[in-house]
Amino acid sequence: MAGMYTTHMHLPRMVDMKEKVAEFWQEEASLSQPRKHTLQPIVTGTSVLGIKCRDGVVVAADTLGSYGSLARFRDISRLMKVNDSTIIGGFGDYADFQFIMKLLEQQTIDDNVVGDGVYRDAPSIHNWLRCVLYNRRSKMNPLWNTIVVAGRDFAGKPYLGYVDKIGVSFTDKSVATGFGSYIAQPMMRKAMEENPNMSVEEAKRLMERCLKVLFYRDCRSLNRFQIGVVTETESSISDPISAETDWSIGANPSGYE
Amino acid sequence: MSSIGSGYDLSAGQFSPDGRVFQVEYAIKAVENSGSVIALRGKDGVVFGVEKIITSKLYEEGSNRRVHSIDTHIGAAVAGLLSDARAVINRARDESANYRDTYQVPIPLKSLTERLGKYMHYFTVYGHLRPFGVSILLGTWDETNGPKLMEIDPSGTARGFYGCAVGKGKQNAKTEIEKLDLSNMTCKELVKEVAKVIYSVHDEVKDKHFELELSWIGKETGGTHQIVPQDIFNEAKTYAEEALNDSDDEDTDM
Amino acid sequence: MSLCQNDIAYDAPEWLTGEHMTGTTIMAVEFADGVVFGADSRTSTGTYVANRVTDKLTQVSDKIYCCRSGSAADTQAIADYVKLYLDLQENETNEDPTVEVASRVFQMLCYQNRDMLSASIICAGWDKNKGGQVYCLPLGGMCVRMPFAIGGSGSTYIYGHCDNTYKEGMTEEQCLKFVADAVALAMHRDGSSGGMIRLAVLTKDGCKRLNIPGNQLPTFWSK
Repeated sequence: MAGMYTTHMHLPRMVDMKEKVAEFWQEEASLSQPRKHTLQPIVTGTSVLGIKCRDGVVVAADTLGSYGSLARFRDISRLMKVNDSTIIGGFGDYADFQFIMKLLEQQTIDDNVVGDGVYRDAPSIHNWLRCVLYNRRSKMNPLWNTIVVAGRDFAGKPYLGYVDKIGVSFTDKSVATGFGSYIAQPMMRKAMEENPNMSVEEAKRLMERCLKVLFYRDCRSLNRFQIGVVTETESSISDPISAETDWSIGANPSGYE
Repeated sequence: MSSIGSGYDLSAGQFSPDGRVFQVEYAIKAVENSGSVIALRGKDGVVFGVEKIITSKLYEEGSNRRVHSIDTHIGAAVAGLLSDARAVINRARDESANYRDTYQVPIPLKSLTERLGKYMHYFTVYGHLRPFGVSILLGTWDETNGPKLMEIDPSGTARGFYGCAVGKGKQNAKTEIEKLDLSNMTCKELVKEVAKVIYSVHDEVKDKHFELELSWIGKETGGTHQIVPQDIFNEAKTYAEEALNDSDDEDTDM
Repeated sequence: MSLCQNDIAYDAPEWLTGEHMTGTTIMAVEFADGVVFGADSRTSTGTYVANRVTDKLTQVSDKIYCCRSGSAADTQAIADYVKLYLDLQENETNEDPTVEVASRVFQMLCYQNRDMLSASIICAGWDKNKGGQVYCLPLGGMCVRMPFAIGGSGSTYIYGHCDNTYKEGMTEEQCLKFVADAVALAMHRDGSSGGMIRLAVLTKDGCKRLNIPGNQLPTFWSK
């Protein structure tokens, strides 16, 4: 690939452009300078949350695509239904997430056209994503995402996985990315401790509560989100909804507070 | 067609003195030996039907399928050599995946047919290659453009159709199909007719057993190519068998 | 990317070494029969105005245009490639390319080369399947359809105005006013946007181009 640019070139004060251009390309050819790939994410999505419950898995994310601190895209979906067994949620660079969605879409089509009824379950999609993300980071060109994989395995058991941009992957009873791992994860763990046999409906309400707190405390979040549910038989993603917020604590300020 | 090519039939890379390419004609012959395959284009979709001849009772039911999905929105039925057909089907899937990769929208049937036609034609102009012994019927439906049905024969020629038949019983099938008011019929109605045509062209004397395959794409399926659901399949099969019995009765009356 | 921008800056002024066109205001709106889009006309190299009557509205097929912002060289090269791709597809299918496909080709080029490009583009056009459409392609190579889109450095100054002024179901005239006013406001506050306003209306009947000269810009906000 030609055309990378360098930031550490030292040129003498008197510059002969012709000579320097030749030198530049020579340097490029010998790769004496590091080649740089995706150095920062551009349009980003914030937290994705996921939780396992008695009869399924619930996953949630808001609909914001931030452009730095600018809330630029307020209506993009960060959840994707891969097939009837799996929903994924994407955190991080949205262009990279669109790329991942494109790969999965084609993969699902390839699976479907064979027509033998064989599909990929959540563990295999999770593992495949881990391979893709780890492979890209090993090329020093990571896909800038953390992905939550929610679904069920071939036995019908709920499955919840996490994989990040360097290929670290694990499963847990509840997972959260980004800001959510500081704010929502403790809330989800506490809720599960108090109610180990949570139903899908209860989990949905919990998600709503977590996203509300994230909306209070995460500058890159939005009170407009989607909730995805995978049960024994199907997977579906809701239309965007909002949580009721409470501002009563700010009613009587005194001093700076 | 003269059965002896007088030495000009050994490769597809050579014309005969009277301007024919025998290898291609032999490939077409291979298709004509195959069980009948038909497709009908109604007002809200396309229905495929296959007379899959069973040469041994030992075969597992449902194996060696002749209807396939190319992409979510394109169905195909093949007549001719099954292994050749698989190669063509795989190519078609590659082409539609390639189109999706570039343009991120489903491939239009016309583009797929043209690309696939080009591919099949390539195998008819070189001495070291053998043409595909396959005719493939391709059908699609979407909300804006309605149903489309096309066929590619072993020479790589592609044509659009309202109703199409290839294989052994194609002449009889075409006669039957021409009687139908295709452009005013729905997929649900067509499924029965497709089954009836397949049953009526089946030659019980020459080929004892056959398996009926039915698939469809249209408004009914939401633009997705699918095997016809079991209950509708059974209904169509019963309808076809009854129609066949009725006509047999008429024959004996006369 | 200029190859020695940082080091040479001590000696040569930036208008000699800088890259053409980074500051811009571009905009597009969908309406019932098509799209309205517009842009300012300033091309700058650092703080020097290299061209004060630029046309940033570029045609890529019969009824599909793009508004370019970022590096002039990059976006022109991309637009040329998209033209090529759409031409090829038009020849293959014998049909006008759709705006969706055009935007996906833009995305393919912008995403696959995101490390080398500085291009942010709005793709707008009309096709018989989905009517008027606006797709936004910001820096990283994502692509998303929007009822209206704004872009370029000037756009940051007018988000509030646009969110406030945009209404669903506007007519062609209302859209033209919406775009002209918004771009004028951006030019008013953004040093890197300026010159004149170039506007276009694209419907099934084709493209109609309009210009607002620099001395006749809307000034509705200053009484």
